[in-house]
Amino acid sequence: MSGEITARFHVDRQDFVLDVDLRLPGSGVSALFGHSGSGKTTCLRAMAGLERAPQGYFAIGDEVWQDEARGHFVPPHQRALGFVFQEASLFPHLSVRRNMEFGQKRASTAQDGLALPAVSELLGIGHLLERMPGQLSGGERQRVAIARALLAAPKILLMDEPLAALDLKRKQEILPYLERLHQELALPVIYVSHAPDEVARLADHLVLLDQGRTVASGPLNEVLARLDLPEAFADDAGVVIQTRVAEHEADDLTRLEFAGGEIYVSRRSEAVGTPLRCRIHARDVSLTLLPQVQSSILNCVAASVVDLAPTETPGHVLVRLDVGNTPLLARITRRSAERLAIQPGLNLRAQIKAVALLG
Amino acid sequence: METSDLAAIWLTLKLATTVTALLLIIGTPIAWWLARTRSMFKGIVGAVVALPLVLPPTVLGFYMLVVMGPHGPIGQLTEKLGLGLLPFTFPGLVIASVFYSLPFVVQPIQNAFEAIGDRPLEVAATLRASPWDAFWSVAVPLARPGFLSGAILGFAHTVGEFGIVLMIGGNIPDKTRVVSVQIYDHVEAMEYTQAHWLAGGMVLFSFMVLLGLYTFNPARRKAL
Repeated sequence: MSGEITARFHVDRQDFVLDVDLRLPGSGVSALFGHSGSGKTTCLRAMAGLERAPQGYFAIGDEVWQDEARGHFVPPHQRALGFVFQEASLFPHLSVRRNMEFGQKRASTAQDGLALPAVSELLGIGHLLERMPGQLSGGERQRVAIARALLAAPKILLMDEPLAALDLKRKQEILPYLERLHQELALPVIYVSHAPDEVARLADHLVLLDQGRTVASGPLNEVLARLDLPEAFADDAGVVIQTRVAEHEADDLTRLEFAGGEIYVSRRSEAVGTPLRCRIHARDVSLTLLPQVQSSILNCVAASVVDLAPTETPGHVLVRLDVGNTPLLARITRRSAERLAIQPGLNLRAQIKAVALLG
Repeated sequence: METSDLAAIWLTLKLATTVTALLLIIGTPIAWWLARTRSMFKGIVGAVVALPLVLPPTVLGFYMLVVMGPHGPIGQLTEKLGLGLLPFTFPGLVIASVFYSLPFVVQPIQNAFEAIGDRPLEVAATLRASPWDAFWSVAVPLARPGFLSGAILGFAHTVGEFGIVLMIGGNIPDKTRVVSVQIYDHVEAMEYTQAHWLAGGMVLFSFMVLLGLYTFNPARRKAL
C-alpha cells in the first residue's frame, strides 16, 4: 500500500485558474467531483505529469514526483502510474494482448506487477485478447484500457471520467468491474467524475472542486452530509449509506442493515451478507414527531437533529440528522421546520420515501 | 530498345531509390517537428519546405548551381574536402533531387503525424514509453499510410523531374542522363519511335503509381 498522497498545484492561465492543496488517502477511491470547467481533469493531468503546473508539488508517500520549489519534475513515463482516459485510446495497430503488454513490458519494477491472466480475469476480457481494438464495443475497449493501465505496475491509478463516453448500458456493464478493482486491489485510485451516481457508488473520499478551487475534501459521507456546500452541489444533497444485506423476506422485500438501523428495499439478488451502498437524497426524507405513524412509507428510522441550514430556495431548509452515528440529510419546508419546532438535539423519526441502491 | 535507353532507365531507378531513401531519413524529423511544434518558426520552415511546389525547377537549379559551383560556399567546401565539385555528377543530382522532392515526402508524413494527435503519445507516456520509444512504437506505425504516400510520391516525382536534372546534372550518359533527358534527346534527334517507347513507359509507370496510391492505400484507421 502506498502512503498518503499530497497534491498542490497552481496553474494560472488567462481563462482559468487551478489552485488546489489536497491530501488524499493512500488507499481506496478518491473522487474529484465537479462540473465541467472545475479543473478536475487539469488536476488529474497535473498528477500524471502530462501537464506541468508551474507551481506544483506531488508525492505519494515519500516518493516525490514533482516539487517545483526544488525544480524537481519526474516526466510521466518515469512515474509508476496508470492513467485511464475518457476515451479508451487503445493503440489501433496492436491487438488487445499487445496493448495490454505495452506498459507491462516497459514497467521497470516487476515486483508487485500483476499477471496478464489475472487482470484479464478481473476485468472479464480473457476472450478478447487476440482481437484488434476496432472489433471491440465501447465498454470492452474501456475495460481493456483499465487492464492495460493496471498491468503497468502502477502505484496509483488515475481515471479521467472513464465512463463518460459510454451509454447507460455500457456504464452498467463496467461499474461492477470498477467495484471489483476497489475490493480486490489495494491500489489508490483518483477518479474524476461529474456524475453523482458514480461518485456515490465508488468513492471513499470525496473532493469537490468548483472553478479551480477545492470546496470540500474528506470521507465521502462527511462531505455529502455537509450543509454549507455551494449551490452547484446542493441539488444533489443526500448521503450514501453503507449497508449489508440482512435478510430476504417472504413478501419480496430485502432488509438491509446499517450502523444506525435498517431499511427495506425491493427484493435484491445479492446473497445475505453482501455489502451494498444506498444513496438517500435529502428531498426523499421527511420528518415526523410521532413515534410510528400509520403510513405507506415503509422506512422510518429514529433520528436526532444535529443542525439545520437554509437552502438555495428560501422556502426550504436542510436538516442534518444523526441515525445511530450514520448521518442523514432531510430537505423540508421552513414552515414544517417551524411547526415541528425542529432544533438541534430534538429526537424524531425520519421517513425515507426512496432509496437508490448503488449496485 | 537501345543500351543507352536501358542505361537511362537504370540510372533513373537508382536516382529515385537513393533520393526516396534519403528523403525518408531527412523528411521524417522535419515532418515530426512541423506536426508537433508550437514554435514561431513553423510557418517559415513549412513555407521553405513547400517552395519547390511552386518554383520552376530552373530557379532552384540555378541557385544550386551557384551554391555548389566553384565560387559558391558549398562548392568551395566540397573542393576543400577533396570531393571535387558536385554539379554534373550523380551525387550532385541526388542532392538537387532531394531538395526538389522534399515537400512530396514531408507533407504526407506531416499530415499523418498531425492526424494522430497528442492522445496516443500521452497514453504511451503513461505506459512508461519514453518520447523516443513512443515515436517508434506508436507514432511511426500509426503514420504508416503517410509514410507509404510520401515514399511513393517522392519516388515518382524524382522519376518525373527534368528541369533540375538539366540544370544540375547536365546530360552525361550513365551519370546524369535519366529517362526524361533521354526522351528529350530522342526528340531532338527526331527519333520518335524510341521517344515513344520511353514516353509511353513513363505514362504507364506514373499511372500505375498513382492508381496504387489512390486504390490500395488503406484509409487511415481512426485512433480509438
